[in-house]
Amino acid sequence: MDTYIFLQHYWWLIISFLASSLVFLLFVQGGQGLIYTIGRTEAERNVIANVLGRKWEITFTTLVTFGGAFFASFPLFYSTSFGGAFYVWMLILFVFVLQAVSYEYRRKPNNFLGERTYNAFLLINGIARTFLLGVAVGTFFTGAQFTVATSNLTNLGGSVTISQWTTPWCGLDALADYRNISLGLAVLFLSRVLGLQFFMNSVNDHTIFTRSRKHILYNAVPFLVFFLLFVVSILLSNGFAVDPDSGTVYMEKYKYAKNLADMPVVLILFLVGVLAVAAGIANDLFKNNGKGFWYTGTGAILTVLALMLTAGYNNTAYYPSVSDLQSSLTIYNSSSSKFTLTVMSWVSLLIPVVIWYI
Amino acid sequence: MLLTTTDLLSVVAWSRAQFAMTAIYHWLFVPLTLGLGFICAFMETIYYRTGDEYWKRTTKFWMKLFGINFAIGIATGLILEFEFGTNWSNYSHFVGDIFGAPLAIEGIMAFFLEATFIAVMFFGWDKVSKGFHLTSTWLTAFGATVSALWILVANSWMQYPVGMTFNIETARNEMTSFWEVVLSPVAINKFFHTVLSGYILGSVFVAGLSAWFLLKKRERRMAKDSMKVAAIFGLVCSIFAAISGDRSAKLVARVQPMKLASLEALYDGQRGADLTVISIMRPARERVSNETVNYWEIKLPKMLSYMSFGNTDAYVPGINDLLYGNEDMGIISTTEKIERGRVVIDEIRRFQQAKESGDEEVLADVKMNFDPNVEQGRQFMDNYYRYFGYGYLNSPQEAVPNIPLVFYCFRIMVGLGFYFIIMFAGVLFLLHKNTIEKRRWILYILLWSIPLGYLAGQAGWVVTEFGRQPWTIQELLPTVAAVSRLDSGSVIVTFFMFLILFTALLIAEIKIMTKQIKLGPGRRSE
Repeated sequence: MDTYIFLQHYWWLIISFLASSLVFLLFVQGGQGLIYTIGRTEAERNVIANVLGRKWEITFTTLVTFGGAFFASFPLFYSTSFGGAFYVWMLILFVFVLQAVSYEYRRKPNNFLGERTYNAFLLINGIARTFLLGVAVGTFFTGAQFTVATSNLTNLGGSVTISQWTTPWCGLDALADYRNISLGLAVLFLSRVLGLQFFMNSVNDHTIFTRSRKHILYNAVPFLVFFLLFVVSILLSNGFAVDPDSGTVYMEKYKYAKNLADMPVVLILFLVGVLAVAAGIANDLFKNNGKGFWYTGTGAILTVLALMLTAGYNNTAYYPSVSDLQSSLTIYNSSSSKFTLTVMSWVSLLIPVVIWYI
Repeated sequence: MLLTTTDLLSVVAWSRAQFAMTAIYHWLFVPLTLGLGFICAFMETIYYRTGDEYWKRTTKFWMKLFGINFAIGIATGLILEFEFGTNWSNYSHFVGDIFGAPLAIEGIMAFFLEATFIAVMFFGWDKVSKGFHLTSTWLTAFGATVSALWILVANSWMQYPVGMTFNIETARNEMTSFWEVVLSPVAINKFFHTVLSGYILGSVFVAGLSAWFLLKKRERRMAKDSMKVAAIFGLVCSIFAAISGDRSAKLVARVQPMKLASLEALYDGQRGADLTVISIMRPARERVSNETVNYWEIKLPKMLSYMSFGNTDAYVPGINDLLYGNEDMGIISTTEKIERGRVVIDEIRRFQQAKESGDEEVLADVKMNFDPNVEQGRQFMDNYYRYFGYGYLNSPQEAVPNIPLVFYCFRIMVGLGFYFIIMFAGVLFLLHKNTIEKRRWILYILLWSIPLGYLAGQAGWVVTEFGRQPWTIQELLPTVAAVSRLDSGSVIVTFFMFLILFTALLIAEIKIMTKQIKLGPGRRSE
């Protein structure tokens, strides 16, 4: 395999891995969204906030790294999606800020907005951010409305912007596709399940333990429904394929199902991941060891990893444009130069070291 | 031309406002994180070596303030990172191949360092060994500084783009040397100057609050000891900040002559140019030559030449020379640069058209111009491509930054820099004589110097960023060609959303912080 193509695949793997870790780490958000459901008393809410509050920085850091790594390895995605799906990303950022300070400030005396406001911030962040991230990732399969033309750079008589959205909804248009909504809701309910499992795993309190178990069922069922709805609809739908020689993007029947068939390793990852998620949920429903968090967490990472690889590998456009098929982004046409990817690959060797010390 | 339609200009203005607002808020929190992190580490080191519980209590007090400040700093930072994409889409495309790498490295290396060890720092007292805790505190401080390194490398590259070439196929700049980007003299100098300013702010903050405790006659031992640590650290950093600042001026003179001319309000180039210490500037329409710049001024003879080039007789080009050209000094006019920029844009257009029609001859011809491995390419890059961004300007005047703004901010920054040297030296002297408590007016000055520490840092960034205007990337990409294709209404809405949120959080932070300061180290915070 050509080195450049190898690097593009390597970096898509890293991005996918970061994205899947991010989904796992959304258990912090999921837990936040349940702060009043599980924390009936002020003392209980404090227990929950304290146990989550020590983990949120890792979620934050993963998001920063995800953004930075995506920028460095696939800059055209950065300039197209962030600049185009403006409202969606701005909303995600906005609710992020709400979270960042709330853990530190909610219990401090003289905190201006009051504890209940900060709890509400945590709640809003917990629900909105998981849902919106899911919707945004949904467009990796369902497509978005943008065009990319480098020739715009010379267009002195008008806009010189290379990438632009073709609807004034600037990303909110993604909400019009039920598949994106399904993935958004699936991510939301998965994060809640993980949050509950995290409480069962880390909070030493019988009431919270049993209450969390009860709510796992309420959240696991909708998760399963929306997840299956998304997966089945994607596997049955047409996908965005790219001809590796000419770079031409075209619609192919059952593209994503074919991708899984063509890449048995990814299929195995996917199946093992789904089973692990189910096993983790079952464990916490029927056993008292509270270890389901780790199974479901690992399962979530494997499943999302497999989905991301399905979106980007095997000559697939990972960020398709439904406005102009040939504007679709693939790992080939949106990546950094070979030189930059090489430099970054050396840096990426530090990632295992980072994971080790965490 | 359509290029200057009001809505485009309005999007540019609001996007700049949004970025500036986020950056200004970000820089209210980051320098304190940088400085206070090290001050906590110094104090904990004293605790580690002496085993005196008093030092642990002192460390924990300042660390508590560090914690209140930390979260909001990183929250605003994340917004900045993503605003490169959301508001500056073309920028992200045009330079993402170079600019993204430092941002990613920052995430991979530095933030994880910070995020991991900060947890130990806050929750690890009495749980981990004293040595491990001390190490965590030091690593948190270093982590914060290393995060600053990478984003400052990225910013320096915007001031002085090196280590890259333009790829005509992808219509973007691509990295050719990672080390040229990281080790560019501008990057190294900017890193030291900026983190030093953060260390100074941390010192000003600790010294000022210690003065408040002394004024209230509370925690006198802690206040005097903290003040001593802060004054030593602050004095050393202020001196090094002055040295790096001097070096900065020389680099700006070399790589951003228009910025230098603007921040000195030098209209006509001179040999042995005088340095204006302070002045009252006339309105823009009256400022056409050196004689008509100021109503009133104090000047140091020949010092500008010395400051810029280390030689009292050196020639410093003025705004007029850079705008209209100066053949004797080999300076080409901005009009000429605009024309050369347009030549490059035409070449890119020719390439795109040839690609569509499949005209191989033209493709090969254009490619030669952008090939750094052949003489023709090197010539073209040197004589034309380096002025690429000028092609987007409509008139030469657009190449001039806001002169009064950068002129006065520069003087505020430098003036305060010298003031801090004197202030810290004075504090050390009085602490040595043990008479500082009796001079209440000095204590008041110290307390009221805290906002000045913030002002100095903000003024410095205004000089850097406004001084680079109209460019996002020096001479390669003006803001008007860097912005996302949005309607101005969207940007205005998000601007106010974030403005209100950041302001509310700033008020919350200040209120929480003042409350914690009033509580002092004695009582528990929760």
